[in-house]
Amino acid sequence: MKILYFAWLRAKIGTGEEDLSPPAEIATVGALIAWLKTCSRGHAEAFAEGSLIRAAVNQDYAGLDHPVAAGDEVAFFPPVTGG
Amino acid sequence: MIRVQSEDFDPGAEIARLSDGRTDIGAVTSFIGLVRGGDIRAMTLEHYPGMTERQLAAIEAEACQRWPLQAVTIIHRVGRLLPGERIVLVAIASPHRAAAFEACEFIIDRLKTDAPFWKLEERHDGAHWVEAKGNDDARAQRWRK
Repeated sequence: MKILYFAWLRAKIGTGEEDLSPPAEIATVGALIAWLKTCSRGHAEAFAEGSLIRAAVNQDYAGLDHPVAAGDEVAFFPPVTGG
Repeated sequence: MIRVQSEDFDPGAEIARLSDGRTDIGAVTSFIGLVRGGDIRAMTLEHYPGMTERQLAAIEAEACQRWPLQAVTIIHRVGRLLPGERIVLVAIASPHRAAAFEACEFIIDRLKTDAPFWKLEERHDGAHWVEAKGNDDARAQRWRK
């Protein structure tokens, strides 16, 4: 699974992209976040403020209950500020 | 037409291009967003390549469903920009002005809440990620009726 981070999530985690293989029981965005929090201190800090984090699965916005599977591109980022 | 690019754009040329060679267009409107100075020395715009273009295309498609539009141009810059520099252009061509005005406002409002761009501001006390404004959400929400 390709995991992408943007803006301050990328800064806190220390990378913009990871190729990870979460355990098979990680089946939703919410479960993936809970699992990522256990990966490192940086991940735990980045995901500490859940309300400030948006997710996308395969480049479309996704809620916490959206399914994730091997081969997906999952991105995490703060609320957007373009324009 | 949707473009995400680091280089500047020429607003006059982009706006003229919308109606070049056509006689069926009655109204062209445009919005240009600039880097506002003050305490900001520079800002760096980051985006999510791929998803950005998808989201902008979806916003454009929704605008074309809601209003009778003849041409749409959305250009958004990324990278480091200085105060006074152009960030974004939205330009619309339509047979009538009401649709052109409304669609232009719709697209920039939705771009601000849906397109995955992030701004890192350089101020006198260092670099800070810009936080999303509730006001922007409220403006985008008006169009969901």
